[in-house]
Amino acid sequence: MSIKGKAYIAGIYEHPTRHAPDKSIAQLHAEVAKGALEDAGLTHKDVDGYFCAGDAQGGLWPMVDYLGLKPRHVDSTETGGCSYIIHLGHAAQAIAAGKCSIALVTLAGKPRTGVMPPRLQGAEADFETAYGATTHNAYGMCAMRHMHDYGTTSEQLAWIKVAASHHAQYNPHAMLKDVVTVEDVLNSPMISDPLHRMDCCVVSDGGGAMIVTTPEIAKSLKKPLVRLIGHGEAMKGPRGGKDLDLTYSAGVWSGPRAFEEAGVTPQDMKYASIYDSFTITVLMQLEDLGFCKKGDGGKFVSDGNLISGVGKLPFNTDGGGLCSNHPVNRGGMTKILEAVRQLRGEAHPKVQVPNCDLAIAHGTGGLLGVRHAASTAILERV
Amino acid sequence: MTEAKKYPTPVGNPESQPFWDAAKDGKFMIKRCTTCGEAHFFPRAICPFCFSDKTEWEQSSGEGEIYTYSHMRKSATGPYVIAYVTLKEGPSVQTNIVDCEPDSLKIGQKVKVVWKQTDGAPLPFFTPA
Repeated sequence: MSIKGKAYIAGIYEHPTRHAPDKSIAQLHAEVAKGALEDAGLTHKDVDGYFCAGDAQGGLWPMVDYLGLKPRHVDSTETGGCSYIIHLGHAAQAIAAGKCSIALVTLAGKPRTGVMPPRLQGAEADFETAYGATTHNAYGMCAMRHMHDYGTTSEQLAWIKVAASHHAQYNPHAMLKDVVTVEDVLNSPMISDPLHRMDCCVVSDGGGAMIVTTPEIAKSLKKPLVRLIGHGEAMKGPRGGKDLDLTYSAGVWSGPRAFEEAGVTPQDMKYASIYDSFTITVLMQLEDLGFCKKGDGGKFVSDGNLISGVGKLPFNTDGGGLCSNHPVNRGGMTKILEAVRQLRGEAHPKVQVPNCDLAIAHGTGGLLGVRHAASTAILERV
Repeated sequence: MTEAKKYPTPVGNPESQPFWDAAKDGKFMIKRCTTCGEAHFFPRAICPFCFSDKTEWEQSSGEGEIYTYSHMRKSATGPYVIAYVTLKEGPSVQTNIVDCEPDSLKIGQKVKVVWKQTDGAPLPFFTPA
């Protein structure tokens, strides 16, 4: 059974806050849920499916109770930043199977004003904890090897940040609104080789939510129709250390699954939301998804090719994690939200892609250089 | 990087304890599957490649080369170099390159195991050979 066309995104909401010292985490979840329901024209009594991930304090029990929901289908799949893209696919499966008809997915948190829970560890703990893998250096290791194998340069990576900054100047909520140059990126302090500060995303409080529903219910509501036509998910890790290759991600598996289900190709995409935890994340994902050949990512992203109205593949037109926000260090939800805005024609006029009818939202979660998940969603305006 | 850094003590478990026992004798152990012949790290009872339970402990040479690395410029415990080292025996392992000049490291560089003390079993690190 395919989920193609079986589920629509009928409501979206992105919290405008980037710094929320005066709010609780649960409150932020409730606020984004309320926003997405109002956007859809629904109420919280209509919700019969609920999805949340590791950012939801205490998991499903307290969240469902706090929000006052009565779901008949729940899912707390936790794959870091791409959890919400996986939730979208799982919600579509549940809707297609009749297990729920109006699914709410929430993400929210406040790493700037609270304490982030420690990363959960598995059987590897004794053999890895002491070496201090963090997001910065785990992605740095991928970038180092990509440069070694393919000649990718810091200048090429910098173009990804430059493109994001061109878009962020039009987003009133973006944390970093200044347009930057390749030189600005290269002159920013080195954090973990070869990644400079401006190769890294922001840290922000905030969140987002979406409503996923049946074709019939979506058509009864007032918003432009956006549906899911392809979805993929995959995971990758060192797997015993054999044939280690950090130059590709699980996107090489999640991407083709999604494109095949949708019956479209990367070249058909009018807009791309690509998780940009770091510049190298974007470059590797574009290769893995088939926007260019493996190793050609550096050339592909250069010279403004990702800038809306300038290049061939407009990406992250809200400014993305590199410039706008990165709620709870998890970028998957905001990738879906901006893709839906593009498909609805609700992006900022300066970055709106004309006749945007096909878009991709793709993300990774975990540590790209250690263990991670990837998920790909292909969305269509009906 | 040359100051004595406090490293976490390995907790150990029934599956991994032989590794930590051998570490006390300065031996870096890996596991090899006698069904498919593949070596793996970190050690598991069941082979991650063919799912056979015929896995045996084997002493690694402790020699290898840097697959990739990144110099973390700042942290609560100071700068450090995280890396993957590909052992002569095949598996790549996550580690730190220590007792080195970080800016002079290269992918492909030969390294060897070096042990650092904890409050329990020592931990393996790698240093330029």
